[in-house]
Amino acid sequence: MAFPEPKPKKPELPKKLVQNLECKQGAVRAVRFNVDGNYCLTCGSDKSLKLWNPHKGTLLKTYSGHGYEVLDAAGSFDNSQLCSCGADKTVVLWDVASGQVIRKFRGHAGKVNCVQFNEEATVILSGSIDSSVRCWDCRSRRPDPIQILDEAKDGVSSLKVSDYEILSGSVDGRVRRYDLRAGELYSDYIGSPVTSVCFSKDGQCTLAASLDSTLRLLDKDTGELLGEYTGHKNTAYKLDCCLSEKDTHVASCSEDGKVYFWDLVEGSLMLSLPVGRGVVQSLSFHPSEPGLLTATEGHVQFWREESHMAEKQLPGC
Amino acid sequence: MAAPGASDSEEEELAGYGTALEPLPEGERIKKPVPLQEQTVKDEKGRYKRFHGAFSGGFSAGYFNTVGSKEGWAPSTFVSSRQKRADKTALGPEDFMDEEDLSEYGIAPKEITTTDDFASKPKDRIKEKARHIAGITSSIPGTTALDDLIAPAKITIGVELLRKMGWKEGQGVGPRVKRKPRKQKPDPEVKVYGCALPPEGSEDEEDEYQPANVTFAPKDVMPVDLTPKENVRGLGYQGLDPTKALFGVSGGEHPSLFTDGSEKTSNLLGDLRHSKGRKLGISGQAFGVGALEEEDDDIYATETLSKYDTVLKDEEPGDMLYGWTAPKQYKNKKGMEKEIRYIGKILDGFSLASKSSATKKTYLPPDLPRDYRPVHYFRPVITARNENPLLLQALVESTGKLETDALQQNRHTLNASQRRELLGETALKGPSPSVLEYLSGKDKERIKEVKQAAEQQMKTQTLPQQSLNISSFSYGVHQKWQMALGGQLATPSSSDFKPFAKNPEKQKRYEDYIESLKQGQKDTSESHTDPGMTEWERGREREEFFHAAVLYKSSNPVLSSRFTRAKHEDDTDKVEVPRDQEMDIDDKESAVKMKMFGKLTRDKFEWHPEKLLCKRFNVPDPYSDSLIVGLPKVKRDKYSVFNFLTLPESTTTTITQTINEKMQQNISPNKPKKPSRWDVSDKEKKKKDSISEFISLARSKVNIQQQQPESVIEEDRSRTNEPLPNKAVNESTDQKEEEESRPSMDLFKAIFASSSDEKSSSSEEDSDEEAHQPPSSVPNSESTKHANLPDTSSADVQECMAVTSEPDLVPPLLKEELDKVEEFGPRLPPVSFSKTTQEHEPVSLASSVEANQKEKPKKNKEKHKVKREHKHKKEKKKKRKKHRHKGKHKNKKSEKNSNSDTVDSSDSLSDIEEIIDLSSQELLRRLKHLPAMKQ
Repeated sequence: MAFPEPKPKKPELPKKLVQNLECKQGAVRAVRFNVDGNYCLTCGSDKSLKLWNPHKGTLLKTYSGHGYEVLDAAGSFDNSQLCSCGADKTVVLWDVASGQVIRKFRGHAGKVNCVQFNEEATVILSGSIDSSVRCWDCRSRRPDPIQILDEAKDGVSSLKVSDYEILSGSVDGRVRRYDLRAGELYSDYIGSPVTSVCFSKDGQCTLAASLDSTLRLLDKDTGELLGEYTGHKNTAYKLDCCLSEKDTHVASCSEDGKVYFWDLVEGSLMLSLPVGRGVVQSLSFHPSEPGLLTATEGHVQFWREESHMAEKQLPGC
Repeated sequence: MAAPGASDSEEEELAGYGTALEPLPEGERIKKPVPLQEQTVKDEKGRYKRFHGAFSGGFSAGYFNTVGSKEGWAPSTFVSSRQKRADKTALGPEDFMDEEDLSEYGIAPKEITTTDDFASKPKDRIKEKARHIAGITSSIPGTTALDDLIAPAKITIGVELLRKMGWKEGQGVGPRVKRKPRKQKPDPEVKVYGCALPPEGSEDEEDEYQPANVTFAPKDVMPVDLTPKENVRGLGYQGLDPTKALFGVSGGEHPSLFTDGSEKTSNLLGDLRHSKGRKLGISGQAFGVGALEEEDDDIYATETLSKYDTVLKDEEPGDMLYGWTAPKQYKNKKGMEKEIRYIGKILDGFSLASKSSATKKTYLPPDLPRDYRPVHYFRPVITARNENPLLLQALVESTGKLETDALQQNRHTLNASQRRELLGETALKGPSPSVLEYLSGKDKERIKEVKQAAEQQMKTQTLPQQSLNISSFSYGVHQKWQMALGGQLATPSSSDFKPFAKNPEKQKRYEDYIESLKQGQKDTSESHTDPGMTEWERGREREEFFHAAVLYKSSNPVLSSRFTRAKHEDDTDKVEVPRDQEMDIDDKESAVKMKMFGKLTRDKFEWHPEKLLCKRFNVPDPYSDSLIVGLPKVKRDKYSVFNFLTLPESTTTTITQTINEKMQQNISPNKPKKPSRWDVSDKEKKKKDSISEFISLARSKVNIQQQQPESVIEEDRSRTNEPLPNKAVNESTDQKEEEESRPSMDLFKAIFASSSDEKSSSSEEDSDEEAHQPPSSVPNSESTKHANLPDTSSADVQECMAVTSEPDLVPPLLKEELDKVEEFGPRLPPVSFSKTTQEHEPVSLASSVEANQKEKPKKNKEKHKVKREHKHKKEKKKKRKKHRHKGKHKNKKSEKNSNSDTVDSSDSLSDIEEIIDLSSQELLRRLKHLPAMKQ
C-alpha cells in the first residue's frame, strides 16, 4: 500500500459499493475490520464467526464454537488471534490460522455485547448485559477475570480500549472512561441509553451514540460537548457509530437503512448512504483508508471512495 | 618424550619435556574415557558451569534468553537522579567481572573489610555480664540487644582501671575477704536406704577444706533482683532473649558465676542461664523436644574450648570444691542461700538473723456449699415498657438500676421510650402508636378473637395439606406441622446463636418465641411481643423471628463441630457501598437538556485498577501501595426498608424449603438435616415460577389488548376456510399492520409451516383461484396455537403476534427472538427485515440468494414473467419433494416479504382493489412456487 500521496487531498467518503458479501450466517450482528484493514470479521446470528477478505469478497475461514449468536468480535494486533463474544455469555479466544478455540472465558451473567483486545492482546475486555466489564487474562490460565468493572448500573453496550484507557458505554446513559494510568474513572452522563462509543484517532475525543438518535462528540478530558450529530434514526436498536480514518467525518448506522456521514467540525450532514432496506446494524471504518463496511440483515457491503480503482486492491489472499 | 618405563640412565641422556604420565599400576585396565555427555566443567571455584545453546557457546540469561520476565516486560519506574547526582558512582569494568578474574587482571579486590577499630572482639565477659544484669533489671527484656549493636569498640576505661588495680575477670569487686576455717562435717552415722536424703547441714557445716590466713577476692555474685513483680506475666517469665539467639553461648561460658551451688539464684532470676551451654539459634520448648532428645537437652551442643577457662586463676572456682566432683546433693546449699539472701556489708553491731522471720499466715478460703454453682445470675432488667411506670419510678429511685442498665446500652440503640426515661420526661399524651389503643376493651378482645380464629383456620388449612404430604411419604410419623417445624427450629439453649444479640430484649422475645414454638403453641408471637410496638412492627418482628428460627436451626452436630464461631463478628448491619456515588441524575438531566456537558455531567472517581491489569497494559500502577481494587468502598448502614421488602418472598421460599426438607427427612431419616441441592433447585423453581407468574400477569393484561388481533386471525382463518373474497383477508392483515409496525412472520410460519406438505399435493391439480384456499391442516395448527396462547403471549404488544406461535412449531432461530422479548437495553435488530418500504419490490434481496443490487430494477420488471416461468418449472418438478423441504425456510421468508408487500400496497391506498387481489393471489402462488425457484 505504499502509494505516495501527491498532496493532501480532500478526504473522500466511501460511496461506491465495491463488494456485497452474502454471509449466509443469519443476521450479521457485527462487522469489524482487522487491525490493518485487510480483512474483516462478521458475527452471525447462526453462532458462527467468519473471516473475509472484503476487498476480494472471499470467505477465508469460518469459526464455529459459540453456543448462541455472536455479537461482537475483534482481532489482535498481530492478526494471530481473534476474540468474540456472544449471547451464550462466553468470550472466546480463537486461533486465526487453525480456527480452534484457544480459550473460553465464562463468567458473565448475561449475553456479552462487546469485546475488545488491549493493545498487546494480553487482555480481553468484554462488556455484557450484566452491567459489567470484565478483563480476561490471555497470558495466564486463570479462569477468572483480572478485574470486573461493575460500576455501570445497566448493561454495557459498547466498549473501546486504548493503550491505557477503557471506554465503556452503558444503557444507564453513561459513558465511563477508566484511566489506568491516572487511576481514575470518569463518568459522563449522556442521558439516553448509549449504544456505541469510540475514541477519536487522535485520542482527544470520545464519540457516543445514544438511543435519542443523537451522536455526541465529547472532549475526553473535560467531558464538554464538542459536537452533536443528528438526522439519523436510532431509537430501539444497538447500532454502531465510528469516525472516519482521518477523524474528518462521523459515521453512524441508522434504522432507516442508511449510513449517515457528518462533518466532524461543522456537524453538518454530508452524506446519507443508502445501504439496504433493513436496519444497518453495524459498520466498521477502514483504519487507514476511506473504506467502510456495513452490515444489514444477512449482508455485508464494502464501500470505497469514488476515485477508488479495483487495481488498487490489496495483494494477499 | 620420556618413556614412562625408562630407566634412570636413559633418563639422564634424554631431554624430557612435559610431565611424565603416571605409570600404570600393573594389572589395571585403562579407564574408559568419560563420555561427552557426562563430562562436567567447573570453574576455578568448583562451581559447575552450564553451557547453553546449540554449540555450547551461549550462556543462559534472563527469562528464556530474553530480558523479559514471566509476566511480560515490566516497565521500570522512573526514578529521578536529580537529588542523587553526587553519589552516583561510575561503574568500572571490574564491576562486571567475576571475582575470580580480578586477580588475573591485576585488580585489587575492593571488598569492604572491618578495620581493627571496628572488628568484633572475642566475647568480652565483663560486658556480657553487665548486659545480663541490665537485661534482668530492665523493665523490657531484650533491650540489651541494642547495646550489642552499638557496643563500644574498646574496653571501657573503668574496666581498664580495674584491671590495672589488680582485678581479674571473674572475681568480684571489693576488698579481699578472709574466710573462716570451717570444720569438716563428720559422715552421718545413719545408714540411708533408698534415696539419699538431702544433707540437713547447719550453717556452719562445711565440707570443704579452707586454708587459714588466706584472703580471697570477693565472690562475683549477681545482685539479687529485689524489684517487685509488677507485670502480669508468669513468675520468672522472660521474653525471648535475642542475645541468646544471636550470641548463642551465654550461660555456659561462666562457670565461675553460676555453678551448681547457685542454682537457686539462677532460678530466682528466671532461669536466665541454663546449666548447659547453648549454641546458636532460638531454643526453648516452643518447638518441642524431639524423640531422640532428652528433656531439653541440646543435642547439637558441642564441646568447645570457649567453655573452658583459659586464664589461670589463683582463686577457687565458684563452687569452692577444688576438684571435688561429688554428686550435687552433698554440696552445701544453705550457705549459699544465706549469701544470696543478704549481700552487702552488715552494719556494725548487727548480725544476720539465724532464724528467718515468721512466715506470713495464710488463711484458707471458706468451704463452698455443696450445691454452689459458680455462675452468677443477673436479675432481669427492669425496663420502661414492661412494668408499671409507677413501679418503675419507684425502682429507679430506690436502686438506680434502670439508669445504669440504660447507660450500658449504646446511645444509638435506645428507642424512643428508653430515651424518654433517661431524660425523665413523661410519656406523650398524643396519639398512641397503635390504632388498637383507640378501641374499647371489648372491641380489642373481639378483634383478637377474630384474629386468632383466622390464624387457627389458616393453620388448620395448611396442616392437612402438610400432614397429607408428610404422611403419604413418611414412615407413619405423624407430626404436626408446627411441631415438625419446632423440632427443627433453633434451640436457644443448645445453640449459642443469637440473631438479635444486639437488642437483648428482642433476643429474649425471640427465645421465648422459640421456646413456645417448641411447645407447640399456636399464637406464639402474640404473647411475647412488646406492647409498646405498633401492629406493623409486631407483624414484622414475627416474620423476622420465624425467618430467623428457620434459617438458624441447629445444624447437624457433625457439621457444627467442624465450624467455630468467628472471632470478629461481622457487622451484619453494614454493607459495603462505594464511597463515591454518582451524583443525582436530575441535575444532570437538566444539564443534558441544556447541552451543558462538562463539569455538570461528569463524575470523577478514584479508581484502582488491578495490579495485573496495569502490568498487562504496560502502565505503572497508579496506586502501587494500595490494596483496594475498583472504587474505594465504605461501610454504610443497611437500609432496613429493603430488608423488609425482601422478607415476604424469602419466607415463602424457606417455608417450602423446610417442607421439602421435612419430607425428605421422612423419606430417609438417616439423612442429615442440611439443605440438599434439590431444595435449592426447588427454590429456584419457585422463583422462576414467580417470575413467570409475573410475566403471565403482565401478559394477561396485554391479552385484552390482543383480543382484537386474535379475533382477526380467527376471522382470517374462518374466512379462508370457506372461499371468501380476498379483500377481507387483506383488510384483516391491514388491521394487523396497524397494530404492529413490523409484520409477524412467525404467525405466518405457524400457519404455513405444517401445511407446506399438503400444499404440494394441492398445487398439482388446483388452479390459481383455488390455490389460496388454505390446506386442511391449518385449523389444527391454529387450534394448538390458540391453546398455547395464554402462556406464550408476551408482554410486548409489538411482539405479541410473533409470540402467538408456540415454540414447538418454530425453528430454533425464532426461539431466540422469543427470548429477546424479555431482554433489556437496546435490542438487536431482527434477523431479517420485512419493513414497510416505499419501493414496491415484491421480492426482497433477502429472499433471493443471487439478488444483486444492480439487478434489482431488472428483476422488478420481469417479476411476473419470472413467476410464470417458475411456475411451469415447478409443475415439472413437482414430484421432487426433497427440494420443497429444503426450501421451506426460505419459503417462509418470502411469505413474510410478500405479505409485507401486500400490506404496503394497501397502506399506500393508491392501489386499487384488483391489484390487491392480484397481489394476494400472487402471494399464495409465490408461496408454492418459491421452493421451485430456489432450485
